[in-house]
Amino acid sequence: MSQSVNKNHQDKTFFKVVDAPKQEPHVRINNFKEVVLGYTEEHALVEASKCLHCLNAQCVKGCPVGIDIPEFIKHLYHKDYDAAIAIIKEKNSLPAICGRVCPQEEQCQKFCILGQKDAPVSIGRLERYVADIEQEKGIKIPQIAPPNGKKVAVIGAGPAGLTVAADLAKLGYFVELFEALHTEGGVLVYGIPEFRLPKSIVKAEVDYIEKLGVKLTPNTLIGRLFTIDELLSKKGFEAVFIGTGAGLPKFLNIPGENLNGVYSANEFLIRVNLMKAYNFPKYKTPLGIGKKVVVIGGGNVALDSARSAKRLGTEKVYILYRRDKNEMPAREEEILNAEEEDIEFKFLAAPTKIIGDEQGHVKALEYINMELSQPDTSGRRKPIPIKNSETTMDVDTVIIAIGRTPNPIIQSTTKGLETTTGGIIVIDKKTGQTSLNAVYAGGDIATGEATVISAMASGKIAAQNIHQYLTNNSNNTP
Amino acid sequence: MMMFENKEQPPLELFTIVQKEKLNATTTKLVIYAPDIAAKVQAGQFLIIKNHETSERFPLTFSDWNKKDGTITIFFRETGFSTIDLGQLEVGDKIQNIAGPLGNPSEIHKYGTAVMVCGGLGTAAAYPIARALKEAGNKVITLLGARDETFFILEKEMATVSTEVLYSTDDGSKGKKGNVTELLKELIVDKKEQIDIVFVIGPSVMMMVTSEVTRPFGIKTISSLNAIMVDGMGMCGACRVTVDGQTKFACVDGPEFDAHKADFKELMQRLKSYISEEQQALHGEGGNCQCHNQ
Repeated sequence: MSQSVNKNHQDKTFFKVVDAPKQEPHVRINNFKEVVLGYTEEHALVEASKCLHCLNAQCVKGCPVGIDIPEFIKHLYHKDYDAAIAIIKEKNSLPAICGRVCPQEEQCQKFCILGQKDAPVSIGRLERYVADIEQEKGIKIPQIAPPNGKKVAVIGAGPAGLTVAADLAKLGYFVELFEALHTEGGVLVYGIPEFRLPKSIVKAEVDYIEKLGVKLTPNTLIGRLFTIDELLSKKGFEAVFIGTGAGLPKFLNIPGENLNGVYSANEFLIRVNLMKAYNFPKYKTPLGIGKKVVVIGGGNVALDSARSAKRLGTEKVYILYRRDKNEMPAREEEILNAEEEDIEFKFLAAPTKIIGDEQGHVKALEYINMELSQPDTSGRRKPIPIKNSETTMDVDTVIIAIGRTPNPIIQSTTKGLETTTGGIIVIDKKTGQTSLNAVYAGGDIATGEATVISAMASGKIAAQNIHQYLTNNSNNTP
Repeated sequence: MMMFENKEQPPLELFTIVQKEKLNATTTKLVIYAPDIAAKVQAGQFLIIKNHETSERFPLTFSDWNKKDGTITIFFRETGFSTIDLGQLEVGDKIQNIAGPLGNPSEIHKYGTAVMVCGGLGTAAAYPIARALKEAGNKVITLLGARDETFFILEKEMATVSTEVLYSTDDGSKGKKGNVTELLKELIVDKKEQIDIVFVIGPSVMMMVTSEVTRPFGIKTISSLNAIMVDGMGMCGACRVTVDGQTKFACVDGPEFDAHKADFKELMQRLKSYISEEQQALHGEGGNCQCHNQ
């Protein structure tokens, strides 16, 4: 154990955040490789040395799955990477993913005591560092309980489903993980781009889950191929977890929305990420994009779309958002990345009409300028159109990234499954149980659109309660 | 599934091609081992197919299925990159991915007299619907249209489920010379056939013309819309169509819609979205040399 790091908390420069190296903007806009390159060991040790190991660590309270953050950082600092990853994996089966896409600035790092005066410890970067070391070495399979002979069906191989599958497999259950698409990962593979989350990272995590004994069954749309009822009554499953996500795109309902060249962000990203259209024509999924692209929306999906478009070689990419920069729901780090990549933001602007040429292809977007009202009772300032401020901009492609709603197929094919008017499956938040016996749900399908880590957190709760339910069940039926 | 599960013969792998037939210059029939799908599919539903790792996902309508053998049957015309590529696969080869059944099944009731209007390959999708309509007690009249006599498929099958089959060809080589919609007009106007419902499946322009033939007579007309799809499960919205002024997704809200309310012009416009990329994929511009491989 050689500690070259001088842990001098009196040194003012010490608290300056150690940022991980990134690909330079002018380089990265020409490729789909990961933007953030990750810490070197030196970086990681310096950053780890900043942790004060608070007794009543606030960062842990900010973590949706409650990882013992000071403990993993302590092991990292002592270069005991196996121990560090083991601590993380007690609570989080997908650390290489969370280390990259969790909004740490809103969670663990927000509560880090160092952040009150200077920069917080870069917990996310450290999590990624130890997870990447583990992936490089080959992920170790933990001790798995002997098979208990019970079958659980998990529907949807996104963050929630992968978590439930891993947790239950470790407890000795036979888990079959059904995925509607041709490959596992859910939003991690169809939504989040390669340059933010390499698909090889997701693949390694899915491989790990398969090694835990989980049976992967892709190409299977539950509700159509088998219903929930059939899984329970005919296929021998004793419990079902629904983690089918929020995958339905919202549209603006403005004129011209069905012109050629108008995409939902979902379609655009599915073509680029899942189908690898960026590697066309080697991969055969096409994507026409043109020279000028405008993305509507202010969240991470809008940024992912804009930055993907930039990398596809288009000349100019705009983001149109109806509120101002401070109100953007996207991660700050990604907004900065987008700015560096020469994405132009038009704030306080809302689209009103998409205009097409004679061939039915987009040629322009009309938008109206907005102003923000005084804060309403909820404290949020509402955007209000400024009369007669319509402006037209020439564009070849419009990408609509204004949110997604729950996938409806299971709700419409499962009798007695209670949902909200918005199609969200109603669950008991403490247990993850739906209105049906033996049927649990979690992730975006039960919460509405949220984060990867919150989906995993709800998966963990559901897995524990499925275990409890099935344990009680077998005790009651001799 | 049973027939494959004996000890001498290992069970077939999922999505293995068990039968292949080239029916004419461009039309190919494949029978594929997919027992779970075969057990579940209903008339009017479709599947999404992805031939290989690098292929696109595209929709095809089920033409037949056999629960006992665990097989499904599809027909396709080898006209685009992916269909030509699919046509390269032989018996014993495995298709990488098939997802289905997708979409809503046809609404099958006892309507009375049902007319199937089928253009070219549309017959493949129409056959299970016609069969289901007959089983539900309908009188089924089938109108088949094609470029020339070599392009008809499933003639015998259609004959067994129809009381009458009428033909039209562009060149007059079989049946009436002209468009299949003219057969429909004759049936309504000249023969005064009392028609309760029309199902039309074929190229979008032919479905549009059909809807205009039946509209003045108020005959309920159902069309299966052949929109571009990626996931086929409601996620991408590529297949959005305007029906009765509302945007619908052909994959989850359809694929069948009231033809009198569908915006066929928009559908035809949207089907042209990727014509130049299709050519690029077909001719492999830039795709086969090493410098473009990543």
